[in-house]
Amino acid sequence: MAKGQVTDILEERKEFIQCKSNAGGLGLKCEKDSVAGSVSQRACVYCGARVVLNPITDAYHIVHGPIGCASYTWDIRGSLTSGPEVYRNSFSTDLREQDVIFGGEKKLAGAIGEIAERYSPKVIFVYSTCIVGVIGDDVEAVCKEAERKYGMRVIPVKSSGFAGNKSMGYKAACRALLNLMETNSTTWPRQSEKLTGVNFLGDFNLAGEIWIISNYLKRIGIDIVAKITGDSRCEEIMKAPEASLNIVQCAGSMTYLAKEMEDIYKIPYIKVSFFGIEDTRLSLMNIAHATGNKDAVEKAKELVFVEELKVKAKLEHYRKRLEGKRAAIYVGGGFKAISLIKQFAELGMTTVMVGTQTGRPEEYEVIRGMAVDGTVILDDSNPAELEKFIREKGADILVGGVKERPLAYKLGIAFCDHNHERKHPLCGFEGALNFAKEVDLTINSPVWKLRRHHL
Amino acid sequence: MLDYTPKEYIQRSALTINPAKTCQPVGAMYAALGIHKCLPHSHGSQGCCAYHRKFLTRNFRDPVMASTSSFTEGAAVFGGGSNLKTAIKNVFSIYNPDIIAIHTTCLSETIGDDIPTYIMSSQIPEGKLVIHANTPSYQGSHVTGFSNMVRSMVKYLSVNSKTPNGKVNVIPGFVNPGDMREIKRLMKAMGAAFTMFPDTSNVLDAPMTGKFDMYPKGGTKVQDIIDAGNSLATLALGSFASSDGAFELDKKCKVPARVLKTPIGINATDEFLMAVSKLTGMAVPEDLEEERGQLVDIMVDCHYHYHGKKVAIFGDPDLCIALTDFAISLGMTPKYVLTGTPGESFENEIRDMFNAAGIDGKVKALGDLFTLHQWMKEEPVDLLMGGTHGKYIARAEDVPFVRIGFPILDRSVHSYLPIVGYKGAMRIIEMMSNALLDRQDRDAADEDLELIM
Ligand code: SF4
Repeated sequence: MAKGQVTDILEERKEFIQCKSNAGGLGLKCEKDSVAGSVSQRACVYCGARVVLNPITDAYHIVHGPIGCASYTWDIRGSLTSGPEVYRNSFSTDLREQDVIFGGEKKLAGAIGEIAERYSPKVIFVYSTCIVGVIGDDVEAVCKEAERKYGMRVIPVKSSGFAGNKSMGYKAACRALLNLMETNSTTWPRQSEKLTGVNFLGDFNLAGEIWIISNYLKRIGIDIVAKITGDSRCEEIMKAPEASLNIVQCAGSMTYLAKEMEDIYKIPYIKVSFFGIEDTRLSLMNIAHATGNKDAVEKAKELVFVEELKVKAKLEHYRKRLEGKRAAIYVGGGFKAISLIKQFAELGMTTVMVGTQTGRPEEYEVIRGMAVDGTVILDDSNPAELEKFIREKGADILVGGVKERPLAYKLGIAFCDHNHERKHPLCGFEGALNFAKEVDLTINSPVWKLRRHHL
Repeated sequence: MLDYTPKEYIQRSALTINPAKTCQPVGAMYAALGIHKCLPHSHGSQGCCAYHRKFLTRNFRDPVMASTSSFTEGAAVFGGGSNLKTAIKNVFSIYNPDIIAIHTTCLSETIGDDIPTYIMSSQIPEGKLVIHANTPSYQGSHVTGFSNMVRSMVKYLSVNSKTPNGKVNVIPGFVNPGDMREIKRLMKAMGAAFTMFPDTSNVLDAPMTGKFDMYPKGGTKVQDIIDAGNSLATLALGSFASSDGAFELDKKCKVPARVLKTPIGINATDEFLMAVSKLTGMAVPEDLEEERGQLVDIMVDCHYHYHGKKVAIFGDPDLCIALTDFAISLGMTPKYVLTGTPGESFENEIRDMFNAAGIDGKVKALGDLFTLHQWMKEEPVDLLMGGTHGKYIARAEDVPFVRIGFPILDRSVHSYLPIVGYKGAMRIIEMMSNALLDRQDRDAADEDLELIM
């Protein structure tokens, strides 16, 4: 299908949509801001920064701005903790009119003080939201002053919503993490004596996923120095520069950090994905090889063999029930979309539509390479487009986030949340099984049969 | 909180911990969804719009449509005029609503965007409408945003064309679609000709048809909001969410306003129906008398389940006021009442109820859940009522918890069933007594477990 065939689409949106064909064609337009007036599903800089940092369990996260931004992000991340619960509270300055007129610096300093005096925390993150820059607050100065006064880390996160999209927020978060890593910069061994352990970047411990992965790594004899950021503590992130390898999972949010750490601390990185059997197997082997430890490689082989065997037979059961069904994907990053296409293929399903909010050109290229002919590929979509292609392509299930769920349900098709609201861990071998279970549960639910217009 | 809240009360002046409110735009968006074929438009960063849609989606479990001006740095510096004009053009050409209802965000307010001027210089297709409300996030709360949008509907649309229509206007307040349905049912049962606006029933509780409707069947027709200027009178249900719209209608179109409590509980429902009866000259019909009788029967049958129980109530001001009144009428002691929305009148009204009932209770406007939790640690209560976020406190203090109000993110069906009217009151009683009795069962020693309660 040529681009011109995409009808009923906002003129300015056409370059953001493609249909895979053998003819090749120009690259998909992406990484642009949403068109004004679209019902975009996209989030902002603050959102990106917040989702990356929020899982740090023992940090105090102060949202500096009017109350909304704090309310909407209060404990919605779904990241689990094995210890501290501080991060599940909502701290904010709730800026009022007076503060907007006279500046919010005093209130921010006060808020930091009220936390510092009562809880003596190790680290406070201060997020600046939309209006903070506009009203002229010097957040950095307030943070510095507070560090001096209370002898703890107070790290500003520059996350004004309008200053780009969610990816910019990821970057802001990564910079805050680097800032945190610098805390003990005078005392680390720098490159000389690296620890043998690795850092795991880009798992946020949704439904306990980091626990599955760290268990695998432990079994093949690899220690994790810092989990970034699922179920992490400030202390371990400060130690991250001592690790010998960075393993990057959610590439969308963490590649920037990995590159910076390679630059500054000379830590090499590899990209992995633990979604789906195939990716999990490859990733474990790659990690083992990357550590250069023969023992680890042997153990990894064994683990993969044992675990695959455990789930394969069970997966077969679901494969039978799902074979031939069609999937539509609309997720945050390109990397996840790629994993999902593979996973659906493992289940004998075909992906007929793939979209992301913040996918990058390289990722769209990979998607184009994997997709079967006729697959619709879209960037930063809206509900009208999603509906159109879901119907046209006859999808049986949509994978997406919060806003897509009711859309799918209204269309009478199944839905799987692959975002903050996932209820079961979806990574690793057991995760692949959970994913199959969830897909089966929703696609083969009897409720779809009740749908009819007349009695 | 799980459990970071110390017992001793500490004065805070700068820090908000665990808010009991959110920002204006989300309320404005909700109100605008109650106009038929209206697309709410968020004039600010795309993130705000995404958050507001997500928040409403989580509460209602239905699609929530709204567009955004997608501010970039340029817009933040030079103003959002060109973004808004492009947005208006795009929205009409692709999404084709009858009306766009613009609300601002903290950003567009702070940079001082002049929305009416932008609207005036926009291309608006023949027969289409654009309205706007200023909803600065640093004033009031989501309830204020709702109220501001309702007032804007009147400002922009309602006209007194000197052709009295004999109708009663009803502004239902920030309640669920299920409540709006129930209010309409009551009005119909009263035989009253009426216009209710906004009306999110059949928008956010629309049936599943296998089709996605960008604009579901429900929502008040623009024509009816225009005609609201010719009505007999306006009943504003809930002073915080509805009175501004009603007063505006009085000012602009000389339609007299009467402000009532949200009809939650027996007294408030009585007052509501009496007011309708007085305005229309219609008597309260047998059916509704019967419902009331049933409610009283239920209250008598199980008064010993809840009589004397201490309850903490938090949420939106109109809900808290009505619920406090209802709790008192049931013989309960509303020990703590807290809203995140600012407003001295809230504290005064609750305090008056405390005084009249001889209750030694605490009340706070512009409060947060940390404060409520501290109060509950100082002196425990038997029952907690409010939105989902109360679950942390309920768990920490091991107190039975009834979910009521906005938002409810962890349970479903609440948005379909009413808490207003006599039926709604029955439902509240059922929820409260079940929570209390479940607790009693849970805690009972084997020998004390009773079959009949
Ligand atoms: S930036 Fe302002 S309007 Fe937007 S969500 Fe945050 S508080 Fe609300």
